[in-house]
Amino acid sequence: MATKTLIEAIREAMDEELENDPRVFITGEDVGPRGGVFRATMGLIEKHGPERVVDSPLAELSIIAIGIGAAMADLRPICEIQFADFIHPAMNQIMNEAAKMYYRSNGTWTVPMTIRAPYGGGISGGLYHSQSLEALFAHCPGLKIVIPSTPYDAKGLLKSAIRDPNPVLFFEAKKGYRAIKGEVPDGDYTVPIGPVNVRRAGDDVTIYAYGMMAHYAVEAANMVAEQDGIAAEVVDVRTILPVDREGILESFKKTGKALIIYEDNLTMGYGAEVAAILSDEGFEYMDGPIRRLAGPDVPSVPYSHPVQEAFMPSPKKIADAIREIAEY
Amino acid sequence: MADQSVDLQANAASEQARPSDSLSPEILLEMYWYMLLSRRLDERAWILHRQGRIPFHISGMGHEACQVAAAFAINRGVDYVHPYYRDLAMCLAVGMSAEEFMLGLFGKAEDPSSGGRQMPSHFSHRKLNILSMSSPVATQVPQAAGLAFGIKYRIAQQLQDPEDETQPRLALTSLGEGSTSQGEWHEGMNWAGVHKLPFICLVENNIYAISVPMHQQMAVPNVADRAAGYGVEGIVVDGNDILASYDAMVRARDRAYSGEGPTLVEAKTYRPVPHSSDDDDRSYRSRDEVEEWKRKDPIARFQQYLLDRGILDQNKIDEYEARAKQMVNQSQSYADEAPYPEIAPSLDPSSVYAPVDK
Ligand SMILES: Cc1ncc(C[n+]2csc(CCOP(=O)(O)OP(=O)(O)O)c2C)c(N)n1
Ligand SMILES: [Mg+2]
Repeated sequence: MATKTLIEAIREAMDEELENDPRVFITGEDVGPRGGVFRATMGLIEKHGPERVVDSPLAELSIIAIGIGAAMADLRPICEIQFADFIHPAMNQIMNEAAKMYYRSNGTWTVPMTIRAPYGGGISGGLYHSQSLEALFAHCPGLKIVIPSTPYDAKGLLKSAIRDPNPVLFFEAKKGYRAIKGEVPDGDYTVPIGPVNVRRAGDDVTIYAYGMMAHYAVEAANMVAEQDGIAAEVVDVRTILPVDREGILESFKKTGKALIIYEDNLTMGYGAEVAAILSDEGFEYMDGPIRRLAGPDVPSVPYSHPVQEAFMPSPKKIADAIREIAEY
Repeated sequence: MADQSVDLQANAASEQARPSDSLSPEILLEMYWYMLLSRRLDERAWILHRQGRIPFHISGMGHEACQVAAAFAINRGVDYVHPYYRDLAMCLAVGMSAEEFMLGLFGKAEDPSSGGRQMPSHFSHRKLNILSMSSPVATQVPQAAGLAFGIKYRIAQQLQDPEDETQPRLALTSLGEGSTSQGEWHEGMNWAGVHKLPFICLVENNIYAISVPMHQQMAVPNVADRAAGYGVEGIVVDGNDILASYDAMVRARDRAYSGEGPTLVEAKTYRPVPHSSDDDDRSYRSRDEVEEWKRKDPIARFQQYLLDRGILDQNKIDEYEARAKQMVNQSQSYADEAPYPEIAPSLDPSSVYAPVDK
């Protein structure tokens, strides 16, 4: 097995799916000769041709709508939105159309499409190149939402997304594109959409996180293990929707303490749903307050460096929060 | 008064070889039949609504000619059709049955469009390649461009034989003139033009978007004038003239099938009834205007054409009317007695996802 970066794993998944299934194609802004602004599709147009790696007009709504139509014509589109922050013009097509198609047609039409979008802050992107939008979409039944943290998961989950008969939103931690490295097998394998993954075992506190924050959580868990002897378990949520309620509950039954980390805005965020599940279905195991550590409720991550750093959860902030909860 | 005059001069050039000239009497009568059936079903729906037996109706009245023309120009039941809520006559002509329409009105389980999940006239029929439409207007247009993109892609990747008539070879979508103000319409048209897609956009221009007149939607006199801005051919046609509409649609179809690219057909027509069962149109247009348009009724007009040519006579008209009435009655009773959808599966969260191994 070779060590690969997050973005290499993502590219490899697309490359192999293009190779394996002639129905798969990619569209989005600058995905062709430029290989995407982050180079996720680098080399793919040269290998698979301009009919299968298609530079779209600068119009997100149509990128998604073309994907929906093509998916219903039995293709397998991968639609790239350059930054998650620019997905809003396509909201109607995602939430009202793609997400509702299967239900509204009483199960007769399906939309097997994948929407890839880089998300997240800490990269000096300011308000419009830093957004985390999972909660916004997680309120929309009919979508699947995946946020991988490891290169292994990224490749396996992206393949599952492309093969899934439903619309899948695949958010990629842009800060980790090159920073995150890991073992990735060559060739075909998949990771199922749905189940959470325990990235680090521990009995004292459960940390729920995904994407970039799953890495910070592991880092923080290692810190408190060394410095304080606290055994934190890290549950990498991976699939935001549909929710793996049992997977979420499982670890909590052991620890009775929960800390939920996300860089999206705190209020009405993913953490609220996890907390609700734990307090409703895990009340008898509860051994302390369920805490959330998330982005403050301002529009997005401000540009100015110290403000940005203050906005973002960090391994240190997470470690402090773990210590507090562990004391209960 | 709203003006819908079509520049017949412009259409005169194509006068020599009109595709509609070669329509057989049998086909002409079939077209007449679908217009008539649609009208009678539509009238019944209004009555059912007034009787309080259905909660909602949105009508296709007055639009029947261009809709049936569109259906007859394409490969019905095979080519993709992504319609809008007025397209009852189009969907019937494509193959949807009277019963299926009625099932939708009553919100019954067997409704092929949505199993009673959507409001009536939100058409969908998987077996007939009628796509599922939602309520937000114009959303179907860029999706139809996606379907057309899919066709072109499939042919290029040799997933589909371009001559295979059992496969969809074009995508037809439709909407009202007001809905062309939406970004969705513009973005869909743009893709169709950029990729020269086998795509037809039928604009059923009835001058009003609920109450808002055409001139408050756009600064040009014809929606079709905007087509050139996307590299799409624009055709204006008298939408109450089924044969002229057919000619325009055949041209659009031929362009799609031969790879020449997308066409916008703007059918000038009128809605002689309120926007929907929730509308009262007296606040925004005069009764005189409505009466004048009723005199241009597309069904009466086509009927006269067929009578003049001896294709139709009074006996046949009576026979068609009796058949339509019987079909409307039968389909109504069928739908009325049909079961409602089961509650549990309709509200089961897992019903929003297609099974993964499908
Ligand atoms: C996005 C959106 N906004 C508003 C509405 C409410 N609405 C339904 S139909 C309609 C008018 C549409 O007019 P037009 O496109 O001309 O079609 P027509 O009904 O005249 O055939 C409006 C405003 C809607 N369905 N969708
Ligand atoms: Mg209108």
